[in-house]
Amino acid sequence: MKAYLSRRYMLSASHRLYTDAYGEEKNYAIFGKCANPHGHGHNYVVEVTVSGQVDPVTGMVCNLADLDSCVRTQVVERFDHANLNLDPSFTHQVPTTENFCIEVYHLLAERFVHATLERVRVEETSNNFFEYAGKGKHGTPSSRS
Amino acid sequence: MVLLTRKAEFSSSHYYWSEHLSDAENLRIFGKCANRNGHGHNYTLEVTVEGQVDPVTGFVVDLKCLKDVIHREVVDVYDHRHLNLEVEDFKNVIPTSENLAIAIWKRLEHRIEGAKLYRVRIYEMPDLFADYYGEA
Repeated sequence: MKAYLSRRYMLSASHRLYTDAYGEEKNYAIFGKCANPHGHGHNYVVEVTVSGQVDPVTGMVCNLADLDSCVRTQVVERFDHANLNLDPSFTHQVPTTENFCIEVYHLLAERFVHATLERVRVEETSNNFFEYAGKGKHGTPSSRS
Repeated sequence: MVLLTRKAEFSSSHYYWSEHLSDAENLRIFGKCANRNGHGHNYTLEVTVEGQVDPVTGFVVDLKCLKDVIHREVVDVYDHRHLNLEVEDFKNVIPTSENLAIAIWKRLEHRIEGAKLYRVRIYEMPDLFADYYGEA
């Protein structure tokens, strides 16, 4: 039987929303105080959902230790207490949480081999969050009715 | 079609151990979860049902009925119990979060009147949960 396992990880990082494609006035019009020159930070929550058949012996979709190890190595250690704008992922794109969510998805999709990556959800604050499940998907089964 | 979710909580103990594996394999795979004296969690269960909104009552399902069935079928059976030793559902499978979600689905699937079970989500801890949608 196919089940889904989700795990939440926390990391704190800074960013500034600003693009060189526009002048200062337009950046402030679009990004508001998020465009302030020295950046600001968030306590991000990264929620990773994987799926697979439940192993009949272990009762698990995958070993949580493997998931933890992969996410910590690929994501938490890379971005925790870092400035997202300085990460190579954001050299050519604004580190909005939409883009951050997509980057995290791709980092894990390429490297986590023990189950299927279904969805990455990133909470920027307790009031806003973003989800990415790969191109053209939204990460949960559609209604069965 | 509208989705409606009801939460419930229960506290249970369990351990992870398979008789199909050697002692060394059990310890390697399950780590401290394999401690045979067991350990426990405060579980949070989310039961999501789907259905049409009744034009008169405005309900997908009567929440009181849903609450009652969740308590009768799940909470009363699992709460303050050792899942491996006292609950029939886990006689032959390890009470992992994944297997809890599947077992709870089986308990509820045909017992909710007027709506269809859509998802069972079980939180073992605030940062760890499993979902089951009835998929093969």
